[in-house]
Formats: sequence, C-alpha cells, structure tokens
Amino acid sequence: MEKFTTLKSTAIPLNIENVDTDQIIPARFLKATDKKGFGDQVFRDWRYHKDGSENPEFVFNDSSYSGSILVAGNNFGCGSSREHAAWAIVGYGFKVVVSSFFADIFKGNALNNGLLPVQVTDIFLSDLMSKIISNPQTQIEVNLKRQTISVLGYDAYENFEIDDYKKTCLINGYDDIDYLVNHKTQIKAFEAQKNY
Amino acid sequence: MSKKTLFDKVWDAHVVSSVDDNGPQILYVDKHLIHEVTSPQAFNELEDRGIPIFRPDQIVATADHNTPTLNQDQPVRDPLSRQQLEQLSKNCKKNNITLYELGHQYNGIVHVMAPELGVTQPGSTMVCGDSHTSTHGAFGAIAFGIGTSQVAQVFASQCLLLTKPKSLRVSVNGKLKKGVLPKDVILYIISKLGTNSGTGYFCEYAGNVFEDMSMEGRMTVCNMSIEMGARGGMIAPDETTFAYVKDRKFAPKGKDFENKVAYWKTLPTDKGANFDKEYHFDAADIEPMITYGTNPGMGIKISETIPADETPSFKKALEYMNFEAGERLINKPINFVFIGSCTNSRIEDFRVAAKFIKGKKKADNVTAWLVPGSKQVEAQIIEEGLKTVFDEAGFELRQPGCSACLAMNDDKIPQGQYCVSTSNRNFEGRQGQGSRTILASPLVAAATAVEGKIIDITKYLN
Ligand code: SF4
Repeated sequence: MEKFTTLKSTAIPLNIENVDTDQIIPARFLKATDKKGFGDQVFRDWRYHKDGSENPEFVFNDSSYSGSILVAGNNFGCGSSREHAAWAIVGYGFKVVVSSFFADIFKGNALNNGLLPVQVTDIFLSDLMSKIISNPQTQIEVNLKRQTISVLGYDAYENFEIDDYKKTCLINGYDDIDYLVNHKTQIKAFEAQKNY
Repeated sequence: MSKKTLFDKVWDAHVVSSVDDNGPQILYVDKHLIHEVTSPQAFNELEDRGIPIFRPDQIVATADHNTPTLNQDQPVRDPLSRQQLEQLSKNCKKNNITLYELGHQYNGIVHVMAPELGVTQPGSTMVCGDSHTSTHGAFGAIAFGIGTSQVAQVFASQCLLLTKPKSLRVSVNGKLKKGVLPKDVILYIISKLGTNSGTGYFCEYAGNVFEDMSMEGRMTVCNMSIEMGARGGMIAPDETTFAYVKDRKFAPKGKDFENKVAYWKTLPTDKGANFDKEYHFDAADIEPMITYGTNPGMGIKISETIPADETPSFKKALEYMNFEAGERLINKPINFVFIGSCTNSRIEDFRVAAKFIKGKKKADNVTAWLVPGSKQVEAQIIEEGLKTVFDEAGFELRQPGCSACLAMNDDKIPQGQYCVSTSNRNFEGRQGQGSRTILASPLVAAATAVEGKIIDITKYLN
C-alpha cells in the first residue's frame, strides 16, 4: 500500500448525495479477476451516454476541474460492498475523497487501498463545494498527521477524525494483513479455548 | 453483571484481542462465504505475498452473481463470466475449499444456500464479500459484508480487525394487516429511517412482529439492514430458529445440537440492556409498500402519492424514474417483473406468488422472471407443484442465481423500462443500464405481472 502523509491539490466537485457503489463502478465491469483497469470505468454511466459519447454535463468531463481530491455529497459509497469502487477511484487518480458522510464498508475499503476518506461537517462541505465550483483552481490541503483539511488562501479549515491504528497504517503504508498474520499465535490460542 | 445485548454477547465471545485500549479489535470469524466476483483478487493477494489460507475448512464457496439462469448444464457463453467461474473453481480446488459450483444440487445465491445447508448458525460470526451478508443475522449471528481486502485478511488469519459498531434496536409490535409481508415491514422501516440512519450501527429487530415471522421472513428483513446503512441486522434466536437449523447438513447433531441450543438460549438481549439508538413502530401503520425513487429509502405505501422535495438528489431521482411528485403509482403500466434475489427467492416467496397467480394468467405486456435462490428452492418449487401453476399462468421459472438483481449476467431490464422487483436495490442502472426499478414484495410483484400494471393490492384483497 502507498504511504500517505500530506496532499495539496485542486479537486473535482461531485455535488450529488447518496452516490452508491453501483454508480461508482457498474456491475457489468466486475468480471475482472485482477485490480487493474477499473479507473477507466469509474462513474461510467454518468461520464458516457449509452452510445459511448461523452456526457458533457458530468463534472468529470469539464476540463476546468482536475486534481487528486474528490469532493462529494453526503452519504458517499453506500450500497454494494464491492471494493472495485475503491479501486476505480484510486485507479482514476484520486488520493482523497471528501464527504460529510461515508458508508461503512466503503470507508474501510478506501482505507485498505491507501485512499483517505475525509469526513467533514455539512457546513464545511457546502462551503468547500461552492468554493471549488466557483473557482476550479482552489487548492486544498489534507494533512493526515495533523488531521486537518484546509482551503488554501482562505481561513477555512476543519479537523477530521481517523482511528489511530488506521492512521499509523496509512502513514507507514502497512495493511491489516501484516498485523493479523503477526498475531497467529494468539489466534490459535483463541481457537483452542473458545467456548461457544 | 452488566446487561448485554444479543450483539454484545456474540461479539464479545469472538474477540481475540485489541490493538490497544481504544483501537480496533481482532474478531474471530467462524464461517467465511465466498463467491466468484469478490474473491479472485483476494486469492491473488495471498499468493503474491506467499501467505497460505489459514482455515480452508471454514470457508464455503458458491457461484451466483455472474451465472446464467438458463441452460446451466451447458458451458457459460460469456467469456469473462466463464473465466471468473473457472478461476473460482481453480482457487477452491487448489486450496481445499468446499465449492458448490454451477449445477451442483446445493448451488445457489450465497445468502440462500448457506442457511439452507445449516452453515448459518446462531451465535456465530459470518462474513462474505457481499453487503447482503446481513441476511444471516436472522439466526442471531453477527453477519456482515466485507471488501475484498478483508476477504484476503480472513483468508490469511480467519480474523478481521474491526472497531465495535454502536447498537440500534428497531421494535415493531402489533398486528400486521392483510397482504403486508416481511418485505413491506423492512421497506417501511427504511422509508421512515432513511438510507444512512444505521451507518456505524448494528441493528437488532425486536417485537412480536419479528417473533411471529418465519425464518424466511426474518431473512428478508435482515437482508435489507444494509439499505439503511447498518452493517448488519439481528433477530434473537428462538424455537423457530432452532427448528429451522435442526437436521440441516452442517448443523450440529444429537447431543451436540442440544448443547448448542442450550447455549443459543442464553443469547437474547438481557432485559434492560442499553442501546445507543432505539426506534419503535406500530405494525398497524404498515401497508404494502413500493418504491418510487433510486434508493431503497424512497418508499411509500402503495396507495400513497409520491412526496415533493426540492433537493437536487430527489429531483434527479424522480427525473431518472420519469415520475412526478404528487402522482400515484397505481395503474402505471409495467412490462417487467422479477421475483428473485437473496431478499425474496426462498420457497415461501414462491408460495405467496403461486397462491396469487393460481388460476390467473400473466398479462401479455409483461415479461416475468421467477428466479429461485437455490437449487434446493428450485427442487421444492417443482415438488410442491408450484411450477405447474407458474407454467399454466405463462410465467417463466428460471434456474437459480442473482440474475436481474444486479444484471451481471444476461438477465437485464432494457433502458427506460420499469421493473417491479422483489430485490433490494433500486439504484440507477442496477438491473441494466437505464433500467428503472420499483421494489416491492413478492405479492405485489405477482399481482403486477398478472395485471400488467401496479394495482392497489390492499383494495384487491379486501
Ligand atoms: S441476489 Fe442481489 S443482492 Fe443478493 S447477493 Fe446476489 S447480487 Fe447481491
């Protein structure tokens, strides 16, 4: 897993609530047996019309917006547990997703792929969203060590929460498998004495 | 001794250790279910890192998401689906994992076949790379969906690193009205609570409505817990649960079973135990439900009108569905009906449908797919004579699988068409690009297929 410490970038504003993982990556793209290539299909049915032509109204197709931060509406990543959604977002080049609420499984999947979910308040989110929409050059800084997200050039910043263990994992690029495999002795002892 | 919830009891019995005082906990997983779509990358991950599968005998595999529902005895036509299925077979063989592959008498949707085989047991922990793993909570198990990285973690250690979720209890008491099925109960709850009220929580369903439900009904309810954001749902195990589990293939037998039952009886929530959040509903307020939007929280009583809301997401949803605020869905012509998915593809669901359909004919404009959840359900449909009822009415009984629930196989609803579906998600394009899903119970779905339009089932029944 890639390490994450701080990131300064412009952002893409996805001003939609309840973005579900079926929209992030439609089921018909789940037939792959590896993790590659999902970035090309992210938000496929919003980015392209059914005939394959680009949908100019979708924000990803507006060349004024770019960057490795995705700023999305409330309740991002609900629905299916497909980790393909996280792979698709990472594959497209995002390193941070900002929303005022994340679905549980998506949040875990993101963290397991070095993608940082930054949960902010509704007020901060709507302010951030409108700043980006009105000025696509708006620079945002995410500092994991200090757990802050700030809009550069404004006095707008907020702290975000992340559990200490996950934070350490991201900063060092470790994942849960490393941790669990190192605890096999304890796990075997548990198996030997479990009483249910 | 402090009072504990059902969830606390099962969770605490499975904690191996904690990272530190407030950190995540190592939770032991009793049963790991896998299928073709979310497992291949996890197998690759372990192989790349040279880590063996820790407890292959605690894993059960099936093929369901990507499988055709016709001609299952023939080679799968779609090359990508075929490759994924072959990969699953290879991975299971290589690692000594039990696989009920396509065509096997125990094959089926993972959340239908595992309970049928007795893999699902009260008081246990179960995971699967599929969000509707919450279904198994109907037995008083802690069961939840995980991502593929977590599938790899369980492969490697039979454990997961998790922070204990908060607790939520939804109680429904009273008498359900005629024609109100378990699906209506859960659609009603979600329409009241919204799609993210349960996020961060594990939900217990309590009250006489759930106590009186069959295991099939309880599974329908727990299945959709994820649609209000909860990681899982649970119902306290009782005599109904024990009777269902008894004598199934993987259930404990004889004295062993009795000992287990004695333990399972200790699991229900202690009187006075504390929940972080509680909701109460009156069964008499629930009516047959239907959804009009693009998330499962957008549900109304079948006779109600679509509410008005000015938020962009709401308007976008209505635009996608081509519905307007203030209109009713009654009399809307419908061309597709799907009875299936891990929410409603058990024998009871087909009995409800057959009872309504018997002696009637499917409307000419309707394409109706009846897709059993498993080979065992399929066999039971035939054995009970329900297939004859369906055949005579012009319905097509297909072979088991996820089918039009997520349209990964050929069972897709065409662009712009409405489908009254017994599945669990009405997201944009869920049943095929541009398709429009209306969630409902198997009774409402059967009635729609017969009438060719949505009808007020309550009026009809009275
Ligand atoms: S039936 Fe639908 S919801 Fe259930 S496991 Fe299959 S795809 Fe998922």
